[in-house]
Amino acid sequence: MTDATGADPALRPRGALARLMRRKMALFGLALIVLVVAGALAAPLIAPFAPDEQMFDGLTLEGAPLPPDGRFLFGTDLLGRDLFSRILYGAQTSLIIGVVANGLALLIGTLVGITAGYFRGWIGAALMRFTDLMMAFPALLLAICLAAIFQPSLWIVAMVIALVNWVQTARVIYTETTSLATRDFIAACRTLGAGTGRILFRHILPHLVPTIIVWGTLGISTTVLLEATLSFLGVGVQPPTPSWGNIIFENQTYFQSAPWLVFIPGAAIILLALAFNLVGDALRDVLDPTQRGRD
Amino acid sequence: MAAYLLRRLMVSALILLGVSFITFFLLYVLPADPVRQIAGRSATAETVENIRRELGLDRPFIVQYGHYLAGLVQGDLGRSYLQKTQVAELIASRLPATLLLMLGAISAELLIGLTFGIVAALKRGTILDQTLMMTSFVTVSAPQFVVSLLLLYVFAVKLGWFPIGGYGTPAHLVLPALTLGILGSGWYSRMMRSSMIDVLRADFIRTARAKGLTRARVVLGHALPNAILPVIAMIGIDIGIFMGGIVVVESVFGWPGIGQLAWQAIQRVDIPIIMGVTLVSAVAIVLGNLLADLVAPFIDPRIKLK
Repeated sequence: MTDATGADPALRPRGALARLMRRKMALFGLALIVLVVAGALAAPLIAPFAPDEQMFDGLTLEGAPLPPDGRFLFGTDLLGRDLFSRILYGAQTSLIIGVVANGLALLIGTLVGITAGYFRGWIGAALMRFTDLMMAFPALLLAICLAAIFQPSLWIVAMVIALVNWVQTARVIYTETTSLATRDFIAACRTLGAGTGRILFRHILPHLVPTIIVWGTLGISTTVLLEATLSFLGVGVQPPTPSWGNIIFENQTYFQSAPWLVFIPGAAIILLALAFNLVGDALRDVLDPTQRGRD
Repeated sequence: MAAYLLRRLMVSALILLGVSFITFFLLYVLPADPVRQIAGRSATAETVENIRRELGLDRPFIVQYGHYLAGLVQGDLGRSYLQKTQVAELIASRLPATLLLMLGAISAELLIGLTFGIVAALKRGTILDQTLMMTSFVTVSAPQFVVSLLLLYVFAVKLGWFPIGGYGTPAHLVLPALTLGILGSGWYSRMMRSSMIDVLRADFIRTARAKGLTRARVVLGHALPNAILPVIAMIGIDIGIFMGGIVVVESVFGWPGIGQLAWQAIQRVDIPIIMGVTLVSAVAIVLGNLLADLVAPFIDPRIKLK
């Protein structure tokens, strides 16, 4: 890859990683991500209770949820289930959707962007006009509408999010590809008889990797927020599968007397989205030389 | 300029046509049957068929779309399936509330975002700067419903300063507008900060300082008017983001705008209303982007409208 890109050594992952590590904010974000991933993976081992276990002693005698204490770290929910265990399993949902939906959006966006940017003619024009069209859609409204009409499952939610979220990536990749396509080294490849596929995937794509990494990281944050919003409206991941959004959806009527049921999962959503934003922003500074030194 | 505007408006019309086609198509192919919603569970097959014929939903897709389009060019958005009222009237009755919320939200965004951005730029590199920028990161990472519920809990439930939801007095506007304002302020404060830093480096600022003007006059009188221009262009784009997001805030606060109208329509598969709100939002987004592009040459004279 290094030969094909001919990239500045500073752009190689090792150098970038080292510079990333020097940023306190990025480290904080990275630590949060590691924490959530570890919590999600180890959920079956560290969760004190099963996420859907309704406990007799999980409610007060009047049937109200219990506030956080030693036994129930984050308290219990309306059905007497342990909130801490549900948050741990909910992390799995958020991360699966974050990775799957965002991966899919990134794939669509990159393919559309690279194709439109390299083939200028009618294919490129048609793809970019379609992208413009998608930009004019009220994305959240479209996502809510699609999710509400399909009986949503985890995978449907991921697909809906991918369908509304690829547009930004496509535009960024398109702009970069158009400028790369006119560069001398690409003309040289063509003169040497390289085929279109080879030029696109061996010579242009490697140059787009930093951009894809940056947008991929920032995109996870958007995806996590979108999933939480859909689940909060009741059209996302369906109970009993716990997701941070649907925990709030299930318990919001009680939020005046049991605020922890809303604000603990709420804080989890904010922290995870913040973590990916911090790391993505730092990656942009580190990987994109034109952005360097701007702050 | 006139030629540019004319061309852009034509492109916008084509984009809206595309939006209407895709939305109509999606609602046609998706597995939701509006007729079942209208007829109710106990309806006989015959009743269901009658309603379907009455609404013209038994006709082929292209005929239905053509019919819709023919109405659309005359400003007719059809009738709601369930409420039987004109969609255009329903939207017109809800639009003032949404526009009021938008005005409140954008004012709050600018107030918070510009203040944070200017202070951060002036105190560049200090703890205060880092705290403000960290805050901007948190605000762009927070979902609307969490911030809505948090503000409701603190200012309505605990402190009782504002009503818990509804519409009518200025007090009702504060919390929903503040929710959107806090969430949107992050982008503005980051943009204002970097724009302000660029301007503060310029020669004319040094001249102004050398003339012995007070710091306040240099910042507010000389730097701010120049630094604020890129931020103004962003308001146009922000309108689009706003239109996408009102569904959540309007339903949490019980704000009777078009977001709430859309959410109710989605739950009842009331297709004409969904179409109408989507189109109105798309118009707002397209106009917002056009506004941003029109402002651009004033910000950077190198940009030419073409």
